Amino acid sequence: MTAALRPPVSACPACSAAPAALAAADAQEAQAGEIVLSLPTIHCAACIARIESGLAEHEGVNAARVNLTLKRATIDAAPGITAGDMVAAVTALGYEAHELDASALGATATDRVGRDLLMRLAVAGFASMNVMLLSVAVWSGAADATRDMFHWISAAIALPAIAFAGQPFFRNAWSALRAGRLNMDVPITLAIVLAVGMSLWETALSGHHAYFDAALTLTFFLLGGRYLDHRTRAIARSAAEELTALEVPRAWLLEDGTEREVSVAQLRVGDLIVVRPGGRMPVDGEITGGVSELDRGLLTGETLPVFAGPEQAVSAGEMNLTGPLTIRATAVGRDTSLHRMADLVAVAESGRANYTSLADKAAKLYAPGVHILSALAFIGWYLATFDLRTALNIAAAVLIITCPCALGLAVPAVTTAASGRLFRRGMLIKHATALERLAEVDTVVFDKTGTLTTGTPVLMDMDRLGTHEAGIALALALGSAHPLSRAIVQGGQMAGIAPASVSEITEVPGYGTRGVWQGQAVRLGRASWMGATPLAVTATYLQVGEGAPIPLRFEDRLRDGASEAVAQLIARGFEVILISGDSAPVTEAMADRLGIGRWMAEALPADKADRIESLRAAGRHVLMVGDGLNDTGALAAAHVSISPASALDAARVASDMVLLGSDLGVLVEACSIAKSATKRIRENFRIATFYNLIAVPLAVAGLATPLIAALAMSTSSIIVSLNALRLRGGRT
Amino acid sequence: MNILVYLIPISLFLGGIGLIAFIYTVRSNQYDDPQGDSRRILSDDWDDRPKP
Repeated sequence: MTAALRPPVSACPACSAAPAALAAADAQEAQAGEIVLSLPTIHCAACIARIESGLAEHEGVNAARVNLTLKRATIDAAPGITAGDMVAAVTALGYEAHELDASALGATATDRVGRDLLMRLAVAGFASMNVMLLSVAVWSGAADATRDMFHWISAAIALPAIAFAGQPFFRNAWSALRAGRLNMDVPITLAIVLAVGMSLWETALSGHHAYFDAALTLTFFLLGGRYLDHRTRAIARSAAEELTALEVPRAWLLEDGTEREVSVAQLRVGDLIVVRPGGRMPVDGEITGGVSELDRGLLTGETLPVFAGPEQAVSAGEMNLTGPLTIRATAVGRDTSLHRMADLVAVAESGRANYTSLADKAAKLYAPGVHILSALAFIGWYLATFDLRTALNIAAAVLIITCPCALGLAVPAVTTAASGRLFRRGMLIKHATALERLAEVDTVVFDKTGTLTTGTPVLMDMDRLGTHEAGIALALALGSAHPLSRAIVQGGQMAGIAPASVSEITEVPGYGTRGVWQGQAVRLGRASWMGATPLAVTATYLQVGEGAPIPLRFEDRLRDGASEAVAQLIARGFEVILISGDSAPVTEAMADRLGIGRWMAEALPADKADRIESLRAAGRHVLMVGDGLNDTGALAAAHVSISPASALDAARVASDMVLLGSDLGVLVEACSIAKSATKRIRENFRIATFYNLIAVPLAVAGLATPLIAALAMSTSSIIVSLNALRLRGGRT
Repeated sequence: MNILVYLIPISLFLGGIGLIAFIYTVRSNQYDDPQGDSRRILSDDWDDRPKP
């Protein structure tokens, strides 16, 4: 019902974020100097006080406000102050801080829709309480003039309240009817309008039964369901936006020999851009100066860094490793390869859009059924009594009794409970039907680099080196910031090796590091640099004097909980498949280590998506877990998809869920929570059906008084909500 | 029963005050940081005078 109850949510979050970003960009110009920081480690009153007073003492800061719920600080600073200064100031106070891109956060700052719903919920709650109390008097036997007066007062409260609070339903129902469709809001609107109209008529004729209380309680419960639903979504959207905002898109533009920091959006084709070691390519381009190595892991899944020199083409998203590069932009913004990959996503996603949620299935049966039933009741009673008033009364009672109160609460209550529980374990649910789809999964496909592994290499054969060689390698590695060098340093220090005294250490960008040890030239770097035959695995080579180059092998480190998660998934009967863009030996070694039977190496992005597609054609429900740009097609093609928070923005956008922590163990738990949530939803539907089976015959028989309607509706709603909350308790 | 003429408007008025107070709190962003606000009250920084 979640989908049927609302106008369709924009298919791609980026599309809806774009106008917000534009609006925020305008707002940002107006209030220059507003800086937003993410403070993941704050937790207490003292943290708030220390950070706020610490920042206030900083020169140029006008005001600083910490939000503990969102773990953010908003700083109003003089124009000269940069986010970097503020991060340094907070770090000096002993807290972790990251800059957030304020424009990407625009939409969460004021959650206008949520506030609007909350306001309507409050008005409906207030009005229904008052009318319910007035009705108590009627039910307990008020007669004649007193009853009429109570009815008129109820009408005076109910009419404006429903006109205000019911607007979301009226609007949705109208847009559905105009498009010639029936959704859940059509019977809701019909029931509310008919009930209020009927009751007014009855009151005017000083009749016995008025349904003002039922109409208002209905509005109140349904708004409650809708508000829960909205909040679940808003929390997920805000967390997803925060992930995006953490990557501030900046580039260093080279103009007339000077470097200037600009936003990536301002780059044009032909601009010269400087990319420092450790930075990502902001655009597609061609190298004009500098020599370095590139890590294409996020684009292709390869772990082996590739050499980069002048006149070589680079793609947006690649990581520069060793030397500074100057590139000339050949494609910016939407034309970059990063964005073209998004087209692949759009094509693949069309398949998933056909998924009908449990609620939609229920709504499809339900909406026409309710209308036919109440129309039949009307016709039947009219033919039997030829009394229009009685017939209309019965028809209204049937509509109110069958109104999807329990259904409207059943799904939002369960999804709120389940996603809240998963959020606390570090899993973010982005898509409304993702939980239901996750519950159907029978096959899990993993990407290797960055998903099962952390993407940081670990030195394998330190002990195979002699003491001298190990010392030399360590000394040379200390002179470089290359990831492989850092791995050598880490491995060496763990093994307790002291660096040899190597002098004249210089880094040759794109090749390696050289130095002099006891009069001999020593080199650590690429195979081609010292004429060695490169191995198939990630390796660097050490050459002492004119001796044969010695390979130092590396292995990608497994993510925390990866082997446990895979083992548990296999034990639970899921089929686990490994698909990687990396070379065959590396992939096979990883598959063996984790006990994965089926693997596929050297897969291109299209291969991955095709493989998923063929699994789907074979009737499998595939869960894809991946992080790279080469996975985006596969992520979108799969039945449901998960990407880690470290993934590129494009991959996160393409997936239904985001893993916030680094531990993969939560995957297994997510599957079982999804299963129990779906079970709970079905259970709630059964409760609602059972309730209808009892209440509808009463209504059709004309026995449903306003008292029975009010009791039945409230009881079923409360039972359904309590059943949903059982999920939170941890029982499955 | 004539007392109802006074009592019902009074009860509606009192309830209405509650409703308006709630709407005021929503509009003035008082639910933006529930966790922070519950901790802030423990700090004695602005006990003597309000924060400027």
